[in-house]
Amino acid sequence: MASEAHAESLALREQFDTAEQQKDASTLGMWIFLITEIMFFGGMFLAYTVYRSKYPYVFAVASSSLNVYIGAANTVVLLCSSLTMVLAVRAAALGKRSGIVLFLVLTLLLGGVFLGVKAYEWNEKFQEHHIPGPSFSFEGLAPDQQGYAQLFFSLYFAMTGLHALHMVVGVGILSTLIYQTRKGKFSAEYMTPVDISGLYWHFVDIIWIYLFPLLYLIDRHLGK
Amino acid sequence: MITAATQQREHYLNASYGIKSWLLTKDHKRIALLYLATVTLFFFLGGAFATAIRIELLTPEGDLVSSETYNKLFTMHGVAMVFFFLIPAIPATLGNFFLPMMIGARDLAFPRINLLSWYLLVIGGLLSLYAMLAGGVDTGWTFYPPYSTSYSNSWVIVTGLGVFISGFSSILTGLNFIVTVHRMRAPGMTWFRLPLFVWSHYATSVIQVLGTPVIAVTIVLLACERLFHMGIFDAARGGDPVLFQHLFWFYSHPAVYIMVLPAMGVVSELVSTFARKPVYGYAFVAFASVAIAVLGFLVWGHHLFVATQSVYAGMVFSFLSYFVAIPSAVKVFNWTATLYKGSISYATPMLYAFGFIGLFTIGGLTGLFVASLGMDVHVTDTYFVVAHFHYIMVGGTIMAYLGGLHYWWPKMTGRMYPEGWAKLSALVIFLGFNLTFFPQFVLGYLGMPRRYHVYPAEFQVLHVLSTAGASVLAVGYVIPMIYFIWSLRYGKTVGANPWGATGLEWRTSSPPPAHNFDETPVVTWGAYDYSTVMGEVEVG
Amino acid sequence: MSEHVDSVKTYVLVFVALIALTIITTAVAFVNLGPFSVVAALTIATGKMLLVALFFMHLRHSTPLTRLVVLGGLVWLGILLVLTFADFATRAWIGVPGR
Repeated sequence: MASEAHAESLALREQFDTAEQQKDASTLGMWIFLITEIMFFGGMFLAYTVYRSKYPYVFAVASSSLNVYIGAANTVVLLCSSLTMVLAVRAAALGKRSGIVLFLVLTLLLGGVFLGVKAYEWNEKFQEHHIPGPSFSFEGLAPDQQGYAQLFFSLYFAMTGLHALHMVVGVGILSTLIYQTRKGKFSAEYMTPVDISGLYWHFVDIIWIYLFPLLYLIDRHLGK
Repeated sequence: MITAATQQREHYLNASYGIKSWLLTKDHKRIALLYLATVTLFFFLGGAFATAIRIELLTPEGDLVSSETYNKLFTMHGVAMVFFFLIPAIPATLGNFFLPMMIGARDLAFPRINLLSWYLLVIGGLLSLYAMLAGGVDTGWTFYPPYSTSYSNSWVIVTGLGVFISGFSSILTGLNFIVTVHRMRAPGMTWFRLPLFVWSHYATSVIQVLGTPVIAVTIVLLACERLFHMGIFDAARGGDPVLFQHLFWFYSHPAVYIMVLPAMGVVSELVSTFARKPVYGYAFVAFASVAIAVLGFLVWGHHLFVATQSVYAGMVFSFLSYFVAIPSAVKVFNWTATLYKGSISYATPMLYAFGFIGLFTIGGLTGLFVASLGMDVHVTDTYFVVAHFHYIMVGGTIMAYLGGLHYWWPKMTGRMYPEGWAKLSALVIFLGFNLTFFPQFVLGYLGMPRRYHVYPAEFQVLHVLSTAGASVLAVGYVIPMIYFIWSLRYGKTVGANPWGATGLEWRTSSPPPAHNFDETPVVTWGAYDYSTVMGEVEVG
Repeated sequence: MSEHVDSVKTYVLVFVALIALTIITTAVAFVNLGPFSVVAALTIATGKMLLVALFFMHLRHSTPLTRLVVLGGLVWLGILLVLTFADFATRAWIGVPGR
C-alpha cells in the first residue's frame, strides 16, 4: 500500500484519502459519463428505429448505396485501434513507457485512418447528391419516396457525424496522453488517465459496432 | 461551544481574498455561493417575465403586448425558470454546500468539474439571455416542431444552445454527486446512516445523468432540422413531430423530479429538526426517493395524451403516472407521522416545510386529475395544468428552497436572519402564492387556455385575483433578499449548532473551515439520533 | 490494489473473434433471412459489444457497482426505445380511417 501510494500520491488530490480511492472514483466517474453518452446517442438510435420501421424498403435501398466493403474495412480499422488501445493500457499497467507511446501512437494513426475513410465516404455521398438538402436526389426511387430516402441520409450523417466528432475528441485525448507519457507522468502505480481514456475509446468503438450493421447492412440480400 | 471570538478564526469565506480566489475556487462551499448568486439572478429574470404576463392578463384584451410578444414572454419565463433556476437551485446551492459535509468529506469527488459545472451554467445562461435580449424566443419552453423548426422567426437555436450547455452543467453535477456518495463517505457513514437529504440528492443525480443527455440530443436534432431541414420532425418529408415530443418529454418529465426531489430532501431535514424527532420510516422515505427517480422515467407519455399518441400507449402511461404518485404520498405520510408526539417549533424553516407539505399535496393530487386520460382531454393546455405545476414548483420547490436557505443560512454565513421579518415573509409568500394560483385551477377547469392573452370577459375576475396574488408574492420574495443581505453585516452571530440539529454539518463551526472538518468524523450513530445533540439548541 | 493484467494472448484472441464476427455479419447480410436479418445483425453486434466491454474495458474484473451502472445505462436506453415504440407500433390498432 505504501509503495502504491508513493507514485499515486504524487498525483493524489487533497479531497481523497488514498490513491485507491482516487482511482476508484475516477473510474466510476468515467463509466457514469459513458452511460450519459449511451443516452445521448440513444436519442438518435430511437429516431433511426422509428423511421426504419416506417419505411423499411426505402431504408434498405438507401442503405445499399453505401459501400459495404469500405464500411466493413473501416470497422476492422476501428477494432484494430481498440486492440492497440488496450495494449497501451496494459503497457501502462506494467510500467512500460515505450510500450505506452508505441500503442497510443498506433491507436492515434488508426483513428486517423478511420476518419480519413469517413471523409472519403462522405465525399462520395456528396458526389452522388445524397446529402440532404435542396440538391438531394436519389436515383431509383419514386418522387414520393425521395423524402424518406433523405430521412435515411439525414440520420446517416447525423449519427456518423456525431460519432466522428467523438473520434476527433478521442484523437485529442490520445495526443495529450502521448505528450504526458513522454514527460514521464505515468507509472505502473499511476496510469488512471490512460485507463479511463481507454474506456472512452472503446466506447466510441462500440457505438460504431452498432452503427455499421444498422446503416450499412439493411437487407443487402435484396441486391438493390 | 464556539463564541464571538471565533470571528477572527479562519473559515472558508476569509481563507483567501480576491476575485480570482472565487472564480478559480475548488471549494464546493464557494462554488455553492457562486451558484446561489447565479440562480437568484435568473429567478428574478423569470419573475420579471411573469410580472409582464400577469399584468397583461389583467384585462381580457391583448392590450399591453402583441400576441407575438406575449408568446415570447411565457416562453422566456419558462426557459429562465426551468433550466436556469429550478433545475440547478437546490442541488447546486444547498446540495453542493452540504452534501460533502453531511457525509463527512472534505469536498466533492471532482472539485474542478464542480467549478466547470458552474461556468457551464453561466455560459448557457448568458447565451439564452442574449437570445432573450436580441429578440426572444416564441415557441414555448417546449420548443415543439413544426413551429420551432419551420415557422418561428425567433432565436430558437441560440436559446437551444444555451439550454444544451446548461444541461452539461446538470449532468456533471449529478455525476459528481453520485461518485461522491459512493466513494467519499466518512468512516462509519453507512448508506442507512445518511441524512435523507443525501438520499434525495443521490436519486436526483441519477435522473440528471440518465435524462439530460436525451434533451441534449433532442436539441441537436431540432437545430439540424431547423438549419438543414433533415425531415426528422417534418411530416412533409415522412418525419413525425410527435417523435420530438417523445424525446423532449423523456427528459422533461423526469426533470420535474430533479426539481422536486431535492426539495423533498430539504423538507425531511426541516421536519426532523423542528419536531426534534427522527423522520418516521427512514427506510421508506429513502427508497421512495429512489422509486420516484426510477418511476419518473416511465410516465412521459402523459404529456402526449392529446398529441395523436396511440391510445393504448396512453393507457399504459396513465397507469404508470398514477403509480408514481405512490412514493410521493409515502413521503407526505411519513413527514406527517414524524410530527406526531414531536417537540414542534415554529421557526421560519418549519413554516416553509409546512407550506411545502400542504401545497405539494394539492399539486400532487391535481396531478392525478391530469394523469387520467379522460380528464386530461378536458383540462390539457388549460390553466388547470398551469396551476398544477406551479403548485408543485412554486408551492413546493421554491418554498422548500427558501426553508432550506433559512435553515442553513446561519451555517453558511455564521449569521442569523431576523426571525420576525422571516416569519412575515413566509406568511406573505404563502398567502400570495395561493391567491395567485388557486384561481388558476378554477380558470382552467372553466376552459381558460394556457398561453393565451386574449380571453372571454367572464374570466377577468379570476385573472385579477391571480395578478393581485402575484403582486403579494413578489413582495414576499423581495423581503428575504433584503434581510439576508442585511444579516451578513448585522445578523446575530451563531455557533456551530443553533438549531440543535443532527447531521455532520452542525458539528463544525459556522461558517465552516475551508476543509470542512478539523478531523475526519467517525460516525457511530444513526441519521437522526437526537441523543447525540442533547442541550445544543440555541435558537427557535 | 490488485491490478489484474490480462495477457496479450487474451486480447489478441478477443480481437480475432471481433474480426471474425465482423466478417460474419457482413456476409450474413447478403443472405435472405427475412425479418430475422435484423435480429441476426443486432445479436452479432451485441456479441461484439460484450467482447469489447468485458475484455477490453475490463468489465470482467470490475466492481459490482460498475456493472450495475452499465446495466442501468442499457436498461434506460431500452426504456426510451421500448416505450416510445409502444406508441408508434400501436397507433394503427385503433382502426381509425386514415391511420
